[in-house]
Amino acid sequence: MKSADTVAALAAQFAGLSLVAFGGANAVIPEIHRQSVEVHRWMTDQDFAALFAIAQAAPGPNFLVSTLVGWKAAGLIGALTATAAMCAPSCLVTFWVAKVWDRYREAEWRIAVGAGLAPVTVGFVFSTAYVLVRAADADWRLALVTGASAAVVFFTRLNPLWCLAAAAALGVAGAFG
Amino acid sequence: MSARASPAALFAAFFQIAISGFGGTLPFARRTLVERRGWLSPDDFTETLSLCQSLPGPNVVNMSIVVGGRACGWQGSFAAFAGLVGAPVLTVIALGALYSRFSGVDQVRHALIGLGAAASGLVLATAARMAEPLLRSRPWVAAPFIGGAFLAVAILGFPLPWVLVALAPVSIAAAAAWRRWRR
Repeated sequence: MKSADTVAALAAQFAGLSLVAFGGANAVIPEIHRQSVEVHRWMTDQDFAALFAIAQAAPGPNFLVSTLVGWKAAGLIGALTATAAMCAPSCLVTFWVAKVWDRYREAEWRIAVGAGLAPVTVGFVFSTAYVLVRAADADWRLALVTGASAAVVFFTRLNPLWCLAAAAALGVAGAFG
Repeated sequence: MSARASPAALFAAFFQIAISGFGGTLPFARRTLVERRGWLSPDDFTETLSLCQSLPGPNVVNMSIVVGGRACGWQGSFAAFAGLVGAPVLTVIALGALYSRFSGVDQVRHALIGLGAAASGLVLATAARMAEPLLRSRPWVAAPFIGGAFLAVAILGFPLPWVLVALAPVSIAAAAAWRRWRR
């Protein structure tokens, strides 16, 4: 399983996703989930939910879930491959576009592209939430935790880390056993 | 933008952003780049962010490329990027290794089950926060594409790149028409 084929599949998958990840990795989670759980069967639904939770709880940008998926599929080399593949294409595009950006800053077409991509991106992020909720919420108690943390983050300015910490503490205390 | 940003300073600044950025790096990016280092004015920051948001890739990663590149070319981009991703990647691999070592322990398993439920709630809230301004400013051109993308990816299970290729041109045309109509 941990063969060159797996590493090549990781590289191809994440390099492609890198170029469509408008708004960051959260927009492409449904596709990462589909590929790693359903197509390649690198992990179960529960593994995916756990890896996503670890990536959220760790400091740093939100593409870290790709590092963990790569690591789960093919170890350290998989982690580094997935990370590099997730970052390199979009970084090259950004580097190049930033150079010509000033010329088109006020252009009507550029503003329309930004305004048109935004709602599609938001639909993808809602899909991400849907995939994660289905993977994570096995019963009503967990659904309650999801609802509570969504409400806290939406309605208050509290650091989201408190929600993660409280939910983990509830778990250790046996609330979901 | 001031020229005082050397590759070493860029590495240090983005390293600092990365390790403070629990649950979202953007507020810390603003604090470091605008308030602490003074490399960007508040307006520069907003403008740079909107550039980074309209390109693929995580916003803060794109920001490291743009800010680094403006200061010192590709060496600057590389230094800022390495500062931003190095520590988080190593941390998360270590956490992943701990997970596979201890995933049999009941308490670890239960903590992660709780963590996963809360983390999915965070994403739900993020989506709602992103949707709110769009639905306020232009509900009729935003809602169909938010709903359409959700339906196609989440409910019908289509591969995301196809959905993007199918919906984005229509959504961009709708946004352009809406801007013309409003003027």
